[in-house]
Amino acid sequence: MALKTEPMAEQLELFGCIQCGKCTGGCPVARKTVLNMRSLIYHMLVEPELDVYAHPELWDCTCCFTCVERCPKDVRPAELIISLRGQLVESGRIPETVGAALMGIFRQGNPTGIAREDRTAWVNGTPVKAAQEGCEMLYFVGCIPSYDPRVQVVPRALVRAFTAAGLDFGILGTEESCCGNEVRRMGEVGLFEMLVEENGELIRSVGASRLVTTSPHCFNTFRNEYGLDGIEVLHYTQLIAELIEQGRLGFSNEVKKRVTYHDPCFLGKQNHIFDEPRAILKAIPGVKLVEMDRNRERSLCCEGGGGRMWVEGTNLEERLAFQRVQEAAETGAEILAVACPFCLLTLEDAVKVQGLDERLQVMDIMELVDLAL
Amino acid sequence: MVREPAALVIGGGIAGIQAALDIADAGYQVYLVEREPSVGGRMAQLDKTFPTLDCSSCILTPKMVDVGNHPNIELMTYSEVVAVEGGVGAFHATVKKKPRYVDVDKCTGCGLCAAACRMKGRVVSRFDEGIVKRSAIYVPFPQAVPLKYTVDPTACLYLTRGVCGKTFKCKDACPADAIDFEQREELVDLEVGAIIVATGFDLIDPRTKPEFGYGVYPEVMTGIEFERLSSASGPTMGKIIVNGKEPKDVVFIKCVGSRDPHTGVPYCSRICCMYTAKHAHLVRDKIPDARITVFYMDVRAFGKGYEEFYDRVKHERVIYRRGEPAEVYRRGDKLVVLAEDTLLGKPIEVEADLVVLATAVVPRTDASEVAALLGLECSPDGFFQEAHPKLRPVSTSVDGVFLAGCCQGPKDIPDTVAQAKAAASSALVVLAQCEETSPA
Repeated sequence: MALKTEPMAEQLELFGCIQCGKCTGGCPVARKTVLNMRSLIYHMLVEPELDVYAHPELWDCTCCFTCVERCPKDVRPAELIISLRGQLVESGRIPETVGAALMGIFRQGNPTGIAREDRTAWVNGTPVKAAQEGCEMLYFVGCIPSYDPRVQVVPRALVRAFTAAGLDFGILGTEESCCGNEVRRMGEVGLFEMLVEENGELIRSVGASRLVTTSPHCFNTFRNEYGLDGIEVLHYTQLIAELIEQGRLGFSNEVKKRVTYHDPCFLGKQNHIFDEPRAILKAIPGVKLVEMDRNRERSLCCEGGGGRMWVEGTNLEERLAFQRVQEAAETGAEILAVACPFCLLTLEDAVKVQGLDERLQVMDIMELVDLAL
Repeated sequence: MVREPAALVIGGGIAGIQAALDIADAGYQVYLVEREPSVGGRMAQLDKTFPTLDCSSCILTPKMVDVGNHPNIELMTYSEVVAVEGGVGAFHATVKKKPRYVDVDKCTGCGLCAAACRMKGRVVSRFDEGIVKRSAIYVPFPQAVPLKYTVDPTACLYLTRGVCGKTFKCKDACPADAIDFEQREELVDLEVGAIIVATGFDLIDPRTKPEFGYGVYPEVMTGIEFERLSSASGPTMGKIIVNGKEPKDVVFIKCVGSRDPHTGVPYCSRICCMYTAKHAHLVRDKIPDARITVFYMDVRAFGKGYEEFYDRVKHERVIYRRGEPAEVYRRGDKLVVLAEDTLLGKPIEVEADLVVLATAVVPRTDASEVAALLGLECSPDGFFQEAHPKLRPVSTSVDGVFLAGCCQGPKDIPDTVAQAKAAASSALVVLAQCEETSPA
């Protein structure tokens, strides 16, 4: 499809680009695929048309937003990818797996397509209050933590911690739908706007003053894209760190482990939350926190964002997660701690593929907290 | 017979020095106030100067000595202007003379005190950008004017803890009996007709660009740190040594913070292109087999002889690669600089033993306080605002107050000296007019 470049270049204000290459230089996937943000922007500025079908690498972008964070001229390169994906979504020419994820969200409120009625299966018998009855804090569980058996332990651990700290919290239960963070990044603007409206209304109706999420991805869109004025949006690491600092959450067990921490892009780079996850780990008795060379703002993306959980991209062989778990192993850590459901899945998979499972275990911070409580 | 009214020059870098000398040479009294223990400023820290490769100290030191000896200049170092009242022709300025705890009339600059100090080798030298450590009693650098010792009140054991062993090592060592811990701050009132502000600039903290790993990797340093490392009178006697060895792969990164509204520096810092070219030349001169890469977005070689110097450096096998690096990280015993070579159109990795960051020129952290003191305005970039950007480039919104050097905006040494001479000329007009109208 030949896309007219000028309207999009104008809409996204690409004209300020000075072609410095900082976006492509720091792009984690540009090292292994033909994706070149700078060159794509240049094309949009100087060529009248772009054949969007000729760029399968548009699905390589993880929306880690390293380019957006570092661009000296506020060009927001990743937003161009999102807009171009939007054109593909509109034309219907999208990878089948992306279509299936979007359809699942449309029909069942989650990308796996599993029935909405099963959304609360993760609670596993533990009574959790319905937020609709009224609560001070709304806990937004998220799709992957609700449905993926590997991740379900995380919301369970969070519920135990919230309860231990005496918080008045509730969940939306089967009424909870996908936050839409990945939907927007896959280019499905219409569905995203629908989710913002429906979820926004539901969240506001609860009347909670705080909203806490399991996933940095939900956290990101609620905090930055929903306009939830008057509701404080938190990632769980912020809340848990706060509870520990206030003395409302104490640890009774030791976890004698050497632990390294992987900064998720949507928590670290995009929302500058670097210290709270580390504060939690340091507070756990017995944990020795060691850092990978690339940490905080220089953390390497696990390749799970931007819809990449549902589309493989053009270079399957050299996964960034493979490189990342090797970096983690080099620190001598026994545990690679994460604070994001996507990171948990991509990195755990990589540990197995790389044959590091004897040495390195991937765990969510909440799993460690749960062991120590 | 010295002419009056007098002029006040605030700041003793090359701008203030030049302005003071011109006014004093015209016969007027000048008070030159510098907050550091010595005049010299940034230029004293530099190794060579572009594009002629003159030794910076060699051309600066004679001027420093001149201001020290000039009969019409009263040099007030280790002093700060704390209040200014009145107006053109009749300003009343109050200057705070900080206690040096050394009697400058007795001190001969022999340095026995520093050699004896208990804190010897333990106090970070700001002049040497932290590369070496000095004593608590010090001169900032050997060519200091005045060559008088100063006790650092933030480091001296006696001044910070009230006790320095059984006996004062410095006092015992001083053959001139110059050390005087009874000294107190003094306030001096000055009557002046015109004021020149020449307070200079700061450099951005490179930690504002965390992707470059400054403060994480010792091999990543700033341009001004490189100047001290390369300077023949510096802590390594001019040997470029990083982690105890000579670097073979050297990468320069330009525009670190500059041209970047995110860091609050939307402007071009104007000096980095040329000093980076000079640094590349110095590495080639001292390490003939080094592999030298300069990453750039644009090369701005606008001044007299500058493009020619850039050409020369390129011919010295310095590779210029177009692209602003994205990240620095460690691989084994090397650093790796990630970038896109935008001319190749592909992401690249360049190994480095030394990475030099050309950090942005920014206003002094206390520029707004100085502005408030004098009633000056600041432009949106935070530098002092000139009265008209084209036609009144050294005047300010306050009659009788003029600007010289980087306090008005980033500039190189030739432009700084030219502006200082312009400020002196403007001040002299005011002084001459006052002299004419004052009753004989």
